[in-house]
Amino acid sequence: MSNKLEVKSLTVAYADKTIIDDVSFGLDKGLIGCLLGPSGCGKTTLLRTIAGFEQPAGGEIRISNTCFSSARTLIPVEQRNVGMVFQDFALFPHLTARDNIAFGLHKSAEPARRARIDEVIQLLEVRDFQDRYPHQLSGGQQQRVAIARAIAPRPEILLLDEPFSNMDIELREQIAREIRKILKQDNMTTVLVTHNQLEAFAMADEIGVIQNGKLLQWDNAFDLYHRPACAYVANFIGEGVFLTGTVLSELAVETELGVITGAREHGFAPNDQVLVLIRPDDIIHDDNSSLTATVLDKAFRGAEFLYTLALPSGARVLSLAPSHHDHAMKEAIGIRLEIDHLVAFE
Amino acid sequence: MLTSAPPAPNLHISSGNAMGASATASLKLFPFSPPQRWVVAAVAMSAVMSIPVVVVLASVFVSSGDVWQHLYETVLADYVVNSLLLMLGVGSLALPLGVIPAWLVTMYRFPFSRQLEWALLLPLAIPAYIIAYTYTGMLDVAGPVQSWLREAFAWQYGDYWFPEIRSLPGAILMLSLVLYPYVYLLARAAFIEQSACAVEVARTLGAGPGRAFFKVVLPLARPAIFAGLSLVLMEALADYGVVQYFGVTTFTTGIFKTWFGLGSSIAAAQLSALLMCFVLFLILLENRSRRQARYHHTSTRYGRLEPKRLHNWHKLSALVICVLPVLFGFILPAGQLLTWAMQTYQDSIDAGFLILTGRSIGLAFITAILAVALALVVGYAKRLQPGLTTSSANRLLSMGYAVPGTVIAIGVLLPFTWLDRHIDRWLGVFFGIESGLLLSGTVTILVFAYLARFLAISVNAVDAGLMKIKPSMDEAGRSAGISGLRLLRQVHAPILRGSLLTAMLLVFVDVLKELPATLVLRPFNFNTLAIRTYELANEERLADAAFPALAIVLVGILPVIILSHSISQSCPGNVKQT
Repeated sequence: MSNKLEVKSLTVAYADKTIIDDVSFGLDKGLIGCLLGPSGCGKTTLLRTIAGFEQPAGGEIRISNTCFSSARTLIPVEQRNVGMVFQDFALFPHLTARDNIAFGLHKSAEPARRARIDEVIQLLEVRDFQDRYPHQLSGGQQQRVAIARAIAPRPEILLLDEPFSNMDIELREQIAREIRKILKQDNMTTVLVTHNQLEAFAMADEIGVIQNGKLLQWDNAFDLYHRPACAYVANFIGEGVFLTGTVLSELAVETELGVITGAREHGFAPNDQVLVLIRPDDIIHDDNSSLTATVLDKAFRGAEFLYTLALPSGARVLSLAPSHHDHAMKEAIGIRLEIDHLVAFE
Repeated sequence: MLTSAPPAPNLHISSGNAMGASATASLKLFPFSPPQRWVVAAVAMSAVMSIPVVVVLASVFVSSGDVWQHLYETVLADYVVNSLLLMLGVGSLALPLGVIPAWLVTMYRFPFSRQLEWALLLPLAIPAYIIAYTYTGMLDVAGPVQSWLREAFAWQYGDYWFPEIRSLPGAILMLSLVLYPYVYLLARAAFIEQSACAVEVARTLGAGPGRAFFKVVLPLARPAIFAGLSLVLMEALADYGVVQYFGVTTFTTGIFKTWFGLGSSIAAAQLSALLMCFVLFLILLENRSRRQARYHHTSTRYGRLEPKRLHNWHKLSALVICVLPVLFGFILPAGQLLTWAMQTYQDSIDAGFLILTGRSIGLAFITAILAVALALVVGYAKRLQPGLTTSSANRLLSMGYAVPGTVIAIGVLLPFTWLDRHIDRWLGVFFGIESGLLLSGTVTILVFAYLARFLAISVNAVDAGLMKIKPSMDEAGRSAGISGLRLLRQVHAPILRGSLLTAMLLVFVDVLKELPATLVLRPFNFNTLAIRTYELANEERLADAAFPALAIVLVGILPVIILSHSISQSCPGNVKQT
């Protein structure tokens, strides 16, 4: 029970509609967690429930081992000390950047207050525009002010609602990494909501994939990609296709591309028909290979091509190849299977 | 510190073919680009509408002989001091009367809070002079209050002290009771439209309801509250009915006395020019505070603020605070009027009365529609081409409201009679027709005077509404190939609907109540409900005045209800996010 944030069997419902369905996860102090899912999956409601804007119908939310929300308890938002950065930043238009940041520090005595404001301004590099009004700031500047405002009162937990949706796409990952650095410097326990997996990967230590109000998997980025718990997660995270195969043993499945073996047991009985996840990086382009596939489509990505290939059976797979391997459409190219993680679903 | 750049020039690049037929046609037909056309219309309109003010101001350069000297030596100080005290009193009373209930009914739920939401607007239906007549009747020596006191304590007349309602404090109380709804209305609209995000973020930063209110909600609503307050103050300055009846010497009664008593229209106009300096100060103050920060909604997401349920003594005090303005501003006076009207209705209702009512409503309706249409033109011009020209046009129109009805009347009457004389002569020379008083002898002059005075209401409301629409929405519309009138109709109108309805109803109610200008400008034998009430009250026939007064109040109630409903509905994007 050392988790900073503990969400236990949480259920949230409006009227009769269940928005969050039996969600549980925990987050250690200083870690950045991410709720990842398509829009409408309930991730924002989950965040707002942690903030205290919504009351759960069941389960509970514990922060530093104290129950903050349950069907019976609801500590008011203003008494939770939970910082939140809203999607559109919601800076107060009548206050300067500095006054926005100072807003949550009204309980501190003057020297400490000033010191903390300066510290946060330093941390987020807001100094140059601290006396401007929000409408005079760029999106990136507004975001810095919004984060500075949220972390100034040293919240127990920081919540970020789609923090990069108003940013330039090229800058998103870079900004996400910068923000991560800042939050790590401040040892801030953070929960982030996004629908963009690249942001999630860039920012979070642990990621939860949510669909229809259910938490499908809570894991780090590597395991989500390589060890998805279900077909939905496998599909949602990264690119890939499913190939049908026949189970040979707990560690091996036979497919059109040959026998695939893994280090972890997949839990199916021999001769079961299963779907095996094939990622683009599992299929290596090899001109010497006897196994060939026809190029159906290709997408140039700078350093590499993403080829869509048709196997002899007609099944399709994706393959990443260095971009000097430029093949024409309909051309048959040699491929080789190099798979580390056997992932099979029914 | 106005950093807003003018919108990009409206390049006529039509989608598809570069030289679209419609684009070239519109270039040929009008010498101005579409945004400039708005500006030209706005400038022309404000020029015409400011004729009365110009006429009045021009009077400063004409000598009024020794009348001014006489005024200066005798009554001028009284006018200035009393007007200032009236403004100060009404302002400081109407502000809390409007803002506090607006906050309570928006943020909390307590017994009857939903009914109070609209009930708080009811005093808007009672003209100040009518509430003054009513309270005079109630608090008179022979009225029900003093009669009851004498009976209860076995006093005789003269045994006891009783506050005189016909005094300056009385006038302040009367005006505040009926004018606070302007503050309430605009404050409540601002509270409702405020992004819930702003309040939510304040809560995540540890701000309780009180701090969130004073540090976030109130500053964000400040432009709206100031707009409401400036309406109240201008109306208080322009009041004639109450101060005339209570015998308080202010600018307006002074102007009337100087014109009709001393027979000097020039000195009267000069007095009102002085009065307008006060108003100019008010307008400048309001504009300055608005410019401090740009109050665009920073948030694009709106969640409706969930009102909090109050308990125990909290809910009782909230109820009492919200009921008091309605009780004294509407229930008591309306009840008294009803009692009187029951006694006198048989003598009051006749064919003449119905004609009177029809005319009053027709006049108010026509003026309201025209006022909103014209306000849209000006508001749009200012938006499309921000700059000195359009903001001056805007400001010029806002002045009309501050000019007392009497002065508007002088300013309209002089040029209209001059024009009538010339039209009559011209028609006589060329066609042998005698047109007589074509303009000044008909309702045309009344509608014009009403517009010159009340356009400010619609201009303010439309302006405040336009502030809600971010410039990027225009650009989004334009990029979708929608511009000009279509942009107004398809993008702005739905967003503005609440503000436009507000504007229309405020003008409607105000025209219906208008007294001094109607008194001076009405065509011969043309009576309205307001005039009839005034005449009867001044003959000390308060009970007989009750019926037409009640009619004004009743007609005023209906728009008040619709108004309240529409502003509670027009909260942008009532979407609950998931």
